[in-house]
Amino acid sequence: AMAGVGGGNDFQWCFSQVKGAIDEDVAEADIISTVEFNYSGELLATGDKGGRVVIFQREQESKNRPLSRGEYNVYSTFQSHEPEFDYLKSLEIEEKINKIRWLPQQNAAHFLLSTNDKTIKLWKISERDKRAEGYNLKDEDGRLRDPFRITTLRVPVLMPMDLMVEASPRRIFANAHTYHINSISVNSDHETYLSADDLRINLWHLEITDRSFNIVDIKPANMEELTEVITAAECHPHQCNVFVYSSSKGTIRLCDMRAAALCDRHSKFFEEPEDPSSRSFFSEIISSISDVKFSHSGRYMMTRDYLSVKVWDLNMENRPVETYQVHEYLRSKLCSLYENDCIFDKFECCWNGSDSAIMTGSYNNFFRMFDRNTRRDITLEASRENSKPRAMLKPRKVCTGGKRKKDEISVDSLDFNKKILHTAWHPKENVIAVAATNNLYIFQDKIN
Amino acid sequence: MSNETEIANQAMEEATTEEQQEMQDKVVSPEKAEEAKLKARYPHLGTKPGGSDLLRKRLQKGQKYFDSGDYNMAKAKMKNKQLPSATAEKTEITGDHIPTPQDLPQRKPSLVASKLAV
Repeated sequence: AMAGVGGGNDFQWCFSQVKGAIDEDVAEADIISTVEFNYSGELLATGDKGGRVVIFQREQESKNRPLSRGEYNVYSTFQSHEPEFDYLKSLEIEEKINKIRWLPQQNAAHFLLSTNDKTIKLWKISERDKRAEGYNLKDEDGRLRDPFRITTLRVPVLMPMDLMVEASPRRIFANAHTYHINSISVNSDHETYLSADDLRINLWHLEITDRSFNIVDIKPANMEELTEVITAAECHPHQCNVFVYSSSKGTIRLCDMRAAALCDRHSKFFEEPEDPSSRSFFSEIISSISDVKFSHSGRYMMTRDYLSVKVWDLNMENRPVETYQVHEYLRSKLCSLYENDCIFDKFECCWNGSDSAIMTGSYNNFFRMFDRNTRRDITLEASRENSKPRAMLKPRKVCTGGKRKKDEISVDSLDFNKKILHTAWHPKENVIAVAATNNLYIFQDKIN
Repeated sequence: MSNETEIANQAMEEATTEEQQEMQDKVVSPEKAEEAKLKARYPHLGTKPGGSDLLRKRLQKGQKYFDSGDYNMAKAKMKNKQLPSATAEKTEITGDHIPTPQDLPQRKPSLVASKLAV
């Protein structure tokens, strides 16, 4: 276990906050579908199946309220996407927010991209804490003044008002995806971003909504020949010409946009060789990559497949440099996980700010953390039972067979409806956000 | 070492290899055991699960109702009154009737604010 043993890299995770309703009956719309910190970590955004975005802001530390140090409170909330029906294709378009990505902050306002299956939107979130008073042509309540009664001219004065946070859609990037968008990623040039669906990847300019460039197209001429789909894509954090995309066959392709306008031919191809004798019906399904994330350094990337997380060195294509087992005990449950569709669950993964640790979710509201330096791992649980302020989280253990020790939970007792698919790590500090169905948990490292 | 001992040793080694093979066959990988379980329940399951059927189902997510295939299935169903046998793939049973825009449930955005924002 990672916690409590002492030593430089050990974390001691403590409960900080939980957001969301307590009731057992979870409305589908309330299921959180994406979680993302902004570049400074000051803001934390969530998207849900109901198409709504909620943004939390971290409280400044103040002497008046020492206990709320670093707490995240609601800053803004808005309806980003609405359900649509495409009558031409007989296609129901869900309002579920698949991904939120923040833009780097350039002025007082904050910008983020949010996307559902078909449409990406750029939202501007701005604060208004001043109001102009003393207009010449209208009253304070907005009624027009009779011009003949105006005898003097005055200069309106800016008066303070209660803080108002407004969200407004600045750009709508629509009609560029035939299939379902699974990823968006802002480029390091801060001018462009990519959006990926099952078969295609498009490059957009943030200012231009009526055009996008198709940079990857893996749709076969004959759909009967379809063997794999794109599952995730991301721009390199520093090299604005490089991006990667992962596939349902467990491979990753790195592309260089300088090489050609259409990046159908990869520059690098990452695949771990498979032992052919161990191949089974499930092999390809569990090898499907559900998330790919570059390290902050840009030197590594991490992929998540059904049972493991792999770290790849961009300079080595033939195998990952590190492999971490998330829940290997599920390998002997694949039959029932296939039958209840859990085998298709798409787990995400994330790096901490220094790239020394990685985190990903599992079932039973468990989530896993791996320290890349010490090779230690820990399993923690997001649960209201352990939600006293600053209560330290106890490591959890799954018993795989034989005698179950006290405090261990057996594989058959795991609740597969309690999935942690979305987690986020603060870019600079040891603060993590974990989405457990309709609840958002925030944990902080005690030594923070 | 005498000839006889050598032969005896060799025989012993061979036996051990055979025994080893037997043991290996009994100790099936958990994944293969799960595969056997699945194939026992769904004997018609294709051998290429990651192939086009599964992927095309994924691509068609959200496809709700009417297309010419549905139309023809509905017509055929009304004629034969015969439901297609349950297949291993979890396909949605469409083609029960020919929907019209009036039938489609009107999905409105949720008017309630997110409970996270409370």
